[in-house]
Amino acid sequence: MDQGFPLFPQQASSMAPRVDNLYFYLLAVSFFFATLIALSVIYFAIRYRRRSESETPPGVEGSLKLEVAWTVIPLLITLTFFFWGTKLFFAMNRPPTDALEISIVGKQWMWKIQHADGQREINELHVPVGRAVRLTMTSEDVIHDFFVPAFRMKKDVVPGRYATAWFEATRPGRYHVFCAQYCGTKHSAMTGWVEVMDPLAFQNWLAGGTGSESLASAGAKLFALHACNTCHRPDSLARGPNLEGLFGKTVKLQDGRTLVADENYIRESIVAPNAKLVAGFQPIMPTFQGLISEEGLLQLVAYIKSLSKAGPSPAGIPPPVKESAPEREAPK
Amino acid sequence: MADARAPAAAPSDASVTHAGPRDLQHHFDTMEQQRDASSLGMWVFLVTEILFFGGLFLAYTVYRSEYARAFAEASRHLDITLGTFNTVVLIVSSLTMALAVFSAATGRRRALLVLLIATMVLGGVFLGVKAVEYGHKFHDHLVPGPHFRFPGPYARQAEIFYSLYFAMTGLHAAHMIVGIGILTVLVLQARKGRYGPAYYTPVEVSGLYWHFVDIVWIFLFPLLYLIGRHIH
Amino acid sequence: MSSALVAPPESKHPVEPRVNYLNATYGVKSWLLTRDHKRIALLYLASITFFFFLGGLFALLIRLELLTPAGDLVQSQTYNKLFTMHGVIMVFFFLIPSIPAVLGNFLIPMMIGAKDLAFPRLNLLSWYIYMVGATFTLWAVVHGGVDTGWTFYTPYSTASSNTHVIATAVGIFITGFSSILTGLNFIVTIHTMRAPGLTWFRLPLFVWSHYATSLIFVLATPVIAVTLLMVAVERLFHLGIFDPRLGGDPILFQHLFWFYSHPAVYIMVLPAMGVVSELVTTFSRKNIFGYKFVAFASIGIAVLGFLVWGHHMFVSGQSVYAGMIFSLLSFLVAIPSAVKVFNWTATMYKGSISYRTPMLYAFGFIGLFTIGGLTGLFLATLGVDVHVHDTYFIVAHFHYIMVGGAIMGYLGGIHYWWPKISGKLYPEAWARFAALVIFLGFNLTFFPQFILGYLGMPRRYHAYPPEFQVLNVMSTAGASILGAGYLMPMVYLVWSMRYGKAAPANPWGSTGLEWDTPSPPPTENFAVTPVVTDEPYHYSPGEVEIVG
Repeated sequence: MDQGFPLFPQQASSMAPRVDNLYFYLLAVSFFFATLIALSVIYFAIRYRRRSESETPPGVEGSLKLEVAWTVIPLLITLTFFFWGTKLFFAMNRPPTDALEISIVGKQWMWKIQHADGQREINELHVPVGRAVRLTMTSEDVIHDFFVPAFRMKKDVVPGRYATAWFEATRPGRYHVFCAQYCGTKHSAMTGWVEVMDPLAFQNWLAGGTGSESLASAGAKLFALHACNTCHRPDSLARGPNLEGLFGKTVKLQDGRTLVADENYIRESIVAPNAKLVAGFQPIMPTFQGLISEEGLLQLVAYIKSLSKAGPSPAGIPPPVKESAPEREAPK
Repeated sequence: MADARAPAAAPSDASVTHAGPRDLQHHFDTMEQQRDASSLGMWVFLVTEILFFGGLFLAYTVYRSEYARAFAEASRHLDITLGTFNTVVLIVSSLTMALAVFSAATGRRRALLVLLIATMVLGGVFLGVKAVEYGHKFHDHLVPGPHFRFPGPYARQAEIFYSLYFAMTGLHAAHMIVGIGILTVLVLQARKGRYGPAYYTPVEVSGLYWHFVDIVWIFLFPLLYLIGRHIH
Repeated sequence: MSSALVAPPESKHPVEPRVNYLNATYGVKSWLLTRDHKRIALLYLASITFFFFLGGLFALLIRLELLTPAGDLVQSQTYNKLFTMHGVIMVFFFLIPSIPAVLGNFLIPMMIGAKDLAFPRLNLLSWYIYMVGATFTLWAVVHGGVDTGWTFYTPYSTASSNTHVIATAVGIFITGFSSILTGLNFIVTIHTMRAPGLTWFRLPLFVWSHYATSLIFVLATPVIAVTLLMVAVERLFHLGIFDPRLGGDPILFQHLFWFYSHPAVYIMVLPAMGVVSELVTTFSRKNIFGYKFVAFASIGIAVLGFLVWGHHMFVSGQSVYAGMIFSLLSFLVAIPSAVKVFNWTATMYKGSISYRTPMLYAFGFIGLFTIGGLTGLFLATLGVDVHVHDTYFIVAHFHYIMVGGAIMGYLGGIHYWWPKISGKLYPEAWARFAALVIFLGFNLTFFPQFILGYLGMPRRYHAYPPEFQVLNVMSTAGASILGAGYLMPMVYLVWSMRYGKAAPANPWGSTGLEWDTPSPPPTENFAVTPVVTDEPYHYSPGEVEIVG
């Protein structure tokens, strides 16, 4: 796809012009100071060039005023960079609440993408234009990084935890995805595309899929398969915390700490159950590390999120699955 | 730092025994300057050692706060009796070392030799006890790696505890071994009457090193051995 | 004021040999077992020059591969090894030792009027430790290399890579102690061995900057040592300190790694700044403008440099609030550097500016370091760093500082003190030409990379989309010119050792105690310890001459 000889990346997301504006401001200030210094040096070098080997220039006293000035003024200017950059950074890290949910699992050397309604893609991500998209990402092996230059979006994808990022595409088109954290032999081949489509085209694309089930309903199946409901049940036979309404709730731990149950907490509780033991429960939950893939974990998380009203509900796909009664009546 | 130094090729230090020109290295102007340099050098080196151990202490702190229960559980499998004994041994060895420095400074050659050897023996006892402890850990399958076994739900976190245990106590033991080597050299030199009130800098800076290694243990002991005693 | 500003007239008769540190004793043993800081400096010079060209060879291969979008020159894993080894060698075996171990070792005792460093045997041991560490790393290179990137991120380095990670990590671990001992030696020397009358504020700024560098040497290097030790141990015994599958935290590695590696970049640039202070004063024939500000700026950079490591981790998963704090501190650390640049520029005001080669390198440093430093502000800006992190923008930024800054400072210093070190003058015309070639080659190599980075080309990429090719070709063209430029000093400096004109004690008319000794100096530097009564850079008339 030869796009000629570009010197500046396309702006294809709501964040891109904001980043570029800050960049241009930085460029302008840098250019100003670099030129100021370069011209000063050149001017002094010529005006005061040595004309004879024996000349001795006059001593020049330092100037406190000047020192203070060229300390304070750059400091104030850099503070403007700081405030603007921080504001942008906070915006980048606060996805809108009604964003479309996408799960991404990176592994050497490919991106496995799954939409909430179940559509799977490899190395390609179809999204609608004008809609916020929130990515929940993890790695199966080493650290990767999901980078879309046209969106000015980048986030390290780390094994053992979830990383989130978001964007809102503003222009239909096809944009590079790069892995931007060195991950081994085929790091530079771990690339892909974001295909931004008109909303209608996107709906058609979603509907035209192979009809795979949604993340949440796949998660419900895993929940049953691994007999989680044996202990996690709403009645008196429960030996583990009730998972309904858990997502987004504040949880009190054995050691006195409290935390908000987010995706990372749920994932960790499945693979390392005793790391954050809930107050009032015994450390009897077995670990499912190695028994459930990262994609499976994402599905389980989606399922548990669907049990909570606080969980986001992507429009355009079937409503969240609700498990009414556990499959088994009695413990094993 | 003192600025005025008389430019001199020979030292002006004329006190007691063995302050001959052979003790003053050619690039120093006076014995005082040489002593200041040696002392400052050892202090700077000890600062680097703090940072060196610091990385491990940081890792320990991070995981201890993350896996408090697991670390407490794992810690209970350490032998607190042997650990306490070793702590006392090291503290006494610091006493003997400090007295050795004092002996050198006051010209008590025999006392210096006895105290240096006592320090070495105590260091050796410490290492012997550590070897016994390591043997126990090996026997109990608590050495991280393919043969690690830890009952209960905290196996993986306990393995991290033991990785840090072996790394930190191992690094400490290595420093002890080096320390005993240094003391050996000191003993050999002291036998020849090398040290006296005019020149005992090597004893003094070795003492600093020994005290530092002791202090590291003073931190290691509670962090590794004592954390499981109250959390239930 | 010395009148030896011009080279002595050509002599048709052989110069009567005078005993100096080079010819005082002969034989391999007299060099390999020397305690003379000047000879040790030359031992280091030989070693780091070798590693510079080895690292440069890898750079050349990298740039050759990047001429075309496809990965067609070497295989992917080979390419990954090339950039890893380029980074490891250039950072640990060239840049970090370069100015301190060569120029610092040679000059610091002389600049303070001492006969040697505080611990000469430790100094020699430093070099041997460096060589042992280098041997481990060379072993790894020869046996297939390592492909983790010089940053050794986990869990790739501990659980995934199948290359010689442990050997390389051990090599760097060992060489780290060389740095620590050098720093320790400098600190003790500067504190305890200054000549009478040489108060702290009479010290040359070269000494101040090396003192600041030494603080970083002793405080930061142990951390990378223990971190690499943990990596090696984890890899060897399959532990889980950094491996999430075993309960470990890969981000902990990044914190530990960057806690050293950020201050490390100040280890690389502070000594060069010290050189520039000497060059600008000598070749403007003026006192430095704002001496105390420049001196304290060095210390400020060293201290603040320890507080900013998280700016390498803005997108790693680090907390947003931590990112904010690191961003603010990163802006603060830029200020002392800016203050230095302003002071150097102001020093030239009403000076007597010479365009001799060392000054050309100083000009180059000021320009290129300014650009590199300004682009650092882009990276400290959170909202922009998200886009340019791990792209060629970063690569361009750090090469502007490391190459445009540190190496320019190094070469400027080598040329400036060459007469003192070798007793010979280098050929000025060739040297100026080489400096120009290097400057132009450098800019052509690295400026396009800023554009590539903002476009989105990630770093460490073996193959890339075709629309990035034109800029890559420009960069490779620049790299070949730069390489040619670097070869020139190798040739003419070696040539000058045999055929160069004999150098007087003070060819530049410079103040500073090192110029009060013959070129080359005698082994003991000063027969009698000098007594200092002058302010530094006392170029203006009416000042009292140095006695001794």
